[in-house]
Amino acid sequence: MYKSVTNRRSFIKKMAMLSAMTAAASMFPGILFASEQEKGIPKDANLDWKKGPCRFCGVGCGILVGTENGKAVAVKGDPNCSVNKGLLCVKGYHQIMCIQSKDRLTHALVKKNGRYVQTPLDEALDIVANKMKETIAKHGKDSVAMYTSGQSTIPEGYVASKLMKGAIGTNNLDCNARLCMASAVTGFLTSFGADEPMGCYEDIDYADYFITWGNNMAEMHPVLFSRMLEQKSRRGAKIIDFATRTTRSSTASDRSILFEPQTDLAVANAICYEIIKNGWVNKSFVEKHCNFSKGLTNIGYGLEDKFNFTDKPEKIDFEAYKEFLKDYSPEKVSKYSKVSVKDIKYLASIYGNPNKKVVSYWCMGMNQHTRGTWINNLVYNIHLLTGKISQPGNGPFSLTGQPSACGTAREVGTFTHKLPHGVVMNKKDREMAAKIWKVPVERIPSKPTYHATEMFRAVDRGDIKFIWTQVTNPLVSLPKTGRYRPAMEKKSCFVVVSDVFPTPTSDVADVILPASWHIEKGGLYGNSERRTQHWDKMVEGPGETTPDAWMTIEVAKRMGYGDLFPYSKENHVEEIYNEYKQFHEGAKHGMAPLEVLKKESGVIWPYVNGKSTQWRFNAKYDPACSNGEDFHFYGKPDGKAVIWQRPFEEAPEKPDKEYPFWLNTGRVVEHWHTGSMTRRIPILHQAMPNAYVEFHPDDAKSLGIRNGENIKVTSRRGSCILPASINERGLPTKGQVFVPFFDENMLINDVTLDAFCPISKEPDYKKCAVKVERV
Amino acid sequence: MPIKSYLAHAIKGKKEELMKALVSLDQCEVVPAENQDILALVTDTPNEKEEEILKEKIEAISSLKLLSLVSGFNTPQN
Ligand code: SF4
Repeated sequence: MYKSVTNRRSFIKKMAMLSAMTAAASMFPGILFASEQEKGIPKDANLDWKKGPCRFCGVGCGILVGTENGKAVAVKGDPNCSVNKGLLCVKGYHQIMCIQSKDRLTHALVKKNGRYVQTPLDEALDIVANKMKETIAKHGKDSVAMYTSGQSTIPEGYVASKLMKGAIGTNNLDCNARLCMASAVTGFLTSFGADEPMGCYEDIDYADYFITWGNNMAEMHPVLFSRMLEQKSRRGAKIIDFATRTTRSSTASDRSILFEPQTDLAVANAICYEIIKNGWVNKSFVEKHCNFSKGLTNIGYGLEDKFNFTDKPEKIDFEAYKEFLKDYSPEKVSKYSKVSVKDIKYLASIYGNPNKKVVSYWCMGMNQHTRGTWINNLVYNIHLLTGKISQPGNGPFSLTGQPSACGTAREVGTFTHKLPHGVVMNKKDREMAAKIWKVPVERIPSKPTYHATEMFRAVDRGDIKFIWTQVTNPLVSLPKTGRYRPAMEKKSCFVVVSDVFPTPTSDVADVILPASWHIEKGGLYGNSERRTQHWDKMVEGPGETTPDAWMTIEVAKRMGYGDLFPYSKENHVEEIYNEYKQFHEGAKHGMAPLEVLKKESGVIWPYVNGKSTQWRFNAKYDPACSNGEDFHFYGKPDGKAVIWQRPFEEAPEKPDKEYPFWLNTGRVVEHWHTGSMTRRIPILHQAMPNAYVEFHPDDAKSLGIRNGENIKVTSRRGSCILPASINERGLPTKGQVFVPFFDENMLINDVTLDAFCPISKEPDYKKCAVKVERV
Repeated sequence: MPIKSYLAHAIKGKKEELMKALVSLDQCEVVPAENQDILALVTDTPNEKEEEILKEKIEAISSLKLLSLVSGFNTPQN
């Protein structure tokens, strides 16, 4: 009895300490408490510490998980990991607390007569394989689909791609990274012909200025933001926050500049206008290393089913580009962007100053944009015109949200158009895949099929009759869920959901497969800075939980593709990685051998002759440069990057009389995406128990809205009721409301619009029109 | 048996000093932030009266700028 009270008391003390630290995390951007976990570890504990990456964001901090008697009991930052140097944010050091959650999915569940019945995993996998085979036999191979994740491990993504594209022969594979990173990919490919950032996090140690474009790093990339704050106080580096909402990042920055939603396109062009006008162009860099191009304009928004768009790039010259920019003088742009002429000139002067190093950071603000590819191109233009790229402290840097958006979604290529190397449209890339996979090349179709939004539209239309989702919760995270939830409930589509916890997506499944959580299996992730991170299995998962990669392999075997999946249960991670690695051999993308990855806390690719390439395209650091010049943008056939002429175009839906507010959606520091894991971590859940709708105080006042009062947010698609939040976490501009999307009980994505960038097909969650009413 | 958690804001540059002063008080547990002049503080006292006395002692520390309460718990006597 005595013991249990003492335990309870020390537990409460721990909870009290955690709540203080969580409160601090929400009040002080980037605050870190490194010693906390070590304090909680009993001195005489005999813990076995194993390294791995954090599960909860694309920063990719290294963690050490302490296990005792087969249980994970502590997490601390990995001091050997250069990403975080031993630090973790509030999500990072609480992460393992979710795995013990009482409602963990421990066994397969099969829906029988409207009820879920616990079923042996082997039997459930038989059902999945038979259903997939039967559907293909009846309706053709394009009637089945897989939808995976930027949180899938590299082996999980690889076997999904091999099953769909190599074994079955359909390109019906896409992933939730379409919702967060697709515009970054198309931006990189159109400007440089090679995906992923040229720089690395070490840029933070050298830059004089950090300009964040629509990016609340204090909440979304807290450890990186804390590194920036450290440079701010140590060297006087400056942070400029350019955004549509005042956030924790804005208040910690040296300067906050607000713009009207969608007008970042115009402001970026105005910065280039000023750079040219003031003679700040790095002429020799541009002449040697850049081409100018333009593409189609008025390109649409993808609002209609089966929308199709292909850009038609056309070369132009510097004079034509200069002429185009005449429409973007600071004076003209200031009128509709609501950014003052002075601020536009200020931003241009930072980029234009040859003696200052500048890094631009962005994430969802620029990517979730109906002109996402364009705005990525436009920020590259600024860095290319000034030659501030591919050097320590100088460069554009697109951050990821998910821990393996780069490693799995982009590098393995779990998109409809991708292969582990290159794209399905390219014959050579198909030939390479066919050779490594040992399948006939004709089996890999040359045409992409459905990107994420269109995949769920196809489910709604009845074109897709079987879908298997892994490591993702689309019925909370897709835009316009009001259409896609009933679509997934339709009898015409058989739904398989693999997950760790029940979610609104597993609620509509015909079969639920119990997945292992990340430390219950081995795997590899790839973070924002091209760092591949390996970890070994640390603890046993409960019940029949199984790694997603192994469940995919088991289904493939049952479908008769066993010879293509000759992996062993114990070593499949290693065997798959070694096979996959062949796709990237060479100086441009060579990946570190497994032995190295096992030893190191992550290794940046290209890994050439035992060394990581930290700054690509710069001959000083990158052995793949072969043109004899200082820089070589070898992703493009002529070795030159492209400066794109891209205009400002309006958002598809703007506030009007009936729907007078912009709706912006996003995340909070306490929760990971749809909250299925972090809402099961008591301390994080307590700190941020529900979503809310944030108002500018003037709007709240004129509508007579009080803090905490229930408000109905309605668009042309649906509505959602949430408590009002005034002067709390963030401050939207007047005429805008903000809602975080982590809360499955307040589904704001019933309200959002499924418009997307026609080039990247990434939806815009940041802009649609709503009305608000007190209820 | 109150257990309370606070954020203790140190006067600029005096985090170490504040840390030392708090650690010397028996009923305090402290975790300093790495990169801000802030300490997370948990107090564990037998009753409200003692808690009040302790709070007064804490507030008298010269390196403390501000003490803000985050949460309070009451647990049964053991
Ligand atoms: S910043 Fe991201 S990767 Fe690092 S600890 Fe926090 S959630 Fe994990």
